Amino acid sequence: MIARAALIALRLLPVAVTVVLVVLIGQRAGEFRLDEFTYVAIYFAALLGLNMLTGYNGQISLGHGAFMCIGAYVAAVAVLGRPGLALYGHHPPDWLPVGDGMRPVFTIPLAFVLTGAVGFLFGIPALRLAGVSLALATFAMAVSLPAIAKKFENVTGGGGGVNLPLPHTPFGWDISTKRWLYYEAWGVAAVLFVLSWLLVRGRVGRAWRAIRDREVAATASGVSPAVYKTLAFAVSSAFAGAAGALLAIQVSYVNPDTFPISLSVLLLASVVIGGLGSLSGALFGALLYEFLPIYAQEPPLVHFAFGKQAPAVVFGVLLILIMYALPGGFAGAIRRMFAPLTRFLRERQNTREPILEPARRGEA
Amino acid sequence: MLAFTWPEFFQQITSGLASGAIYASLALALVLIYRATDVINFAQGEMATFTTYIAWMLMQHGLPYWPAFVLTLVIAFAGGFAIERVVIRPVENRPEIVIVIVTIGMLIAINGLTGWIWGSEVKAFDSPFPNRTVDVAGVAISLQDVGTFCVCLATVLVLWLFFRFTTLGLAMRAAAVNPGASRLLGVRVGWMLAIGWGLAAALGAVAGMMAAPTTFLDPNMMLVILIYAFAAAVLGGIDSPVGAVVGGLTLGVLVNLLGRYVAFVGEELRLPTALAILLTVLVIRPQGLFGHAVVRRV
Repeated sequence: MIARAALIALRLLPVAVTVVLVVLIGQRAGEFRLDEFTYVAIYFAALLGLNMLTGYNGQISLGHGAFMCIGAYVAAVAVLGRPGLALYGHHPPDWLPVGDGMRPVFTIPLAFVLTGAVGFLFGIPALRLAGVSLALATFAMAVSLPAIAKKFENVTGGGGGVNLPLPHTPFGWDISTKRWLYYEAWGVAAVLFVLSWLLVRGRVGRAWRAIRDREVAATASGVSPAVYKTLAFAVSSAFAGAAGALLAIQVSYVNPDTFPISLSVLLLASVVIGGLGSLSGALFGALLYEFLPIYAQEPPLVHFAFGKQAPAVVFGVLLILIMYALPGGFAGAIRRMFAPLTRFLRERQNTREPILEPARRGEA
Repeated sequence: MLAFTWPEFFQQITSGLASGAIYASLALALVLIYRATDVINFAQGEMATFTTYIAWMLMQHGLPYWPAFVLTLVIAFAGGFAIERVVIRPVENRPEIVIVIVTIGMLIAINGLTGWIWGSEVKAFDSPFPNRTVDVAGVAISLQDVGTFCVCLATVLVLWLFFRFTTLGLAMRAAAVNPGASRLLGVRVGWMLAIGWGLAAALGAVAGMMAAPTTFLDPNMMLVILIYAFAAAVLGGIDSPVGAVVGGLTLGVLVNLLGRYVAFVGEELRLPTALAILLTVLVIRPQGLFGHAVVRRV
């Protein structure tokens, strides 16, 4: 019994610590730090989605920045509505159900659903070829999306982009807008975390992992790779869409160049370094994405500025080294550190239920 | 929209063939690596950019164009060879996704390195061809385009002769098709893979040096061309060298004509058109025009 409780505690403890830290930062941090951690929440949401796709299903997407872009535009257009866009001189075609504007928070589920639908439709052709066709197609999409956004300027505002009004703190709370946005972002990230945990631990997650590890065997067991791969891609783009909506609300400005190809590529790098195939990996990845560029340009302790290109080199080299030595990323390394303890506790745990060994991570 | 005239139509085709030849070279580089290592090298464009910068640097140091061109090809070959031996070899036998992620790591690192070494401001790149047009039966053909087309196609031809008529070329083809049997016959498969990467890097360098006079030199110059090359390789069949060349030329002409004569596509939607072609091919004929359908034994 004690072993069982200890095992559960070991799983819940990191979550509890994270929650406490998030609340503490929300209470104490100054506006600048707060902003940084709002971005961490946003990237966390996006990387949770990417991790389900890459870590659990073994597919590579180099287009998650583009899906964030779609989510951001959904949020921006929905917040502004027809009247808001008309102020900029943009008039979407009549058949497009743009609406008359809504509160920013409500655009997040909308972006989630619509971006997921786009991902679903895009996944049908993109998942046709075995192997890396998804990576190819998503890469091409991420590079060409800004051109598309600029072309349809009566909806997107073209190259100039669109501004969103700053949201107000709801319920008469006595906190600044920035602080409200921080809690909003972490609230959404928490909901998405629970959602992905539910997906990953159950039937769907099992099917995803089976396809990742041995597609033929999965097919033979009645798991349809086409259905589950497309599902994984749709869900993960929905997550990116929600993150994009959060980003649009946070920066209150969207234009096509807010989402360059480097965003998509670095998101993938972050999730791989953070840890494929474990949900905490997404959090490590988000921290890395937000803070590595800052510290790689001007490393602490050394009085030397490396310049703007250094983070990219560090990201790239780190990515390659992780692939050589630590396929599970940071999260995998931590898990390995605690492996003797968890194994010991599992052996002590005197239950009749079969103990399922987690799938081999090395092949992620 | 301007009126349609035949001379202009042919002009569009020739300039499409010139950019198509660049896409074809890079697509062929992708196919070479795909056949040798079974992955798509996402760093191909960045490798090409990096070597183009080396060519620029050599010319800055006073080297005339063609010696700099040849020297760059040698350096590119050595670089590609070294990358295979040092970076790819440790993950050679790992799953495909691992190798792809490593090439993405190289994409990020090389892109950053290029900007770090040479800065991110746009630089002019000399062209070896005169900047004027010749008149052929009323069609004004730019010598720049003719030169680009000829250099790219000559490189492809040399490669074809190499693979077709030399023992080394034969050994490389054998190593790509059946590594196990080749090894038993005494082919050093690892070296063949590395030579394949070297040749691909040199091809990319040709594409980069041919593209640079028109796109200008900047760290992201090959990004768009890489997307066209992806589309060209998929169109022609990702495992078919002939397909890469035909796909590249077709794509160059097609995108040029669509951009010129379809008002909706225009100048802005050329790249999304390539994406649309890529997706259409994946849906209708995933093996491309000349590729082999993937048959899996279960």
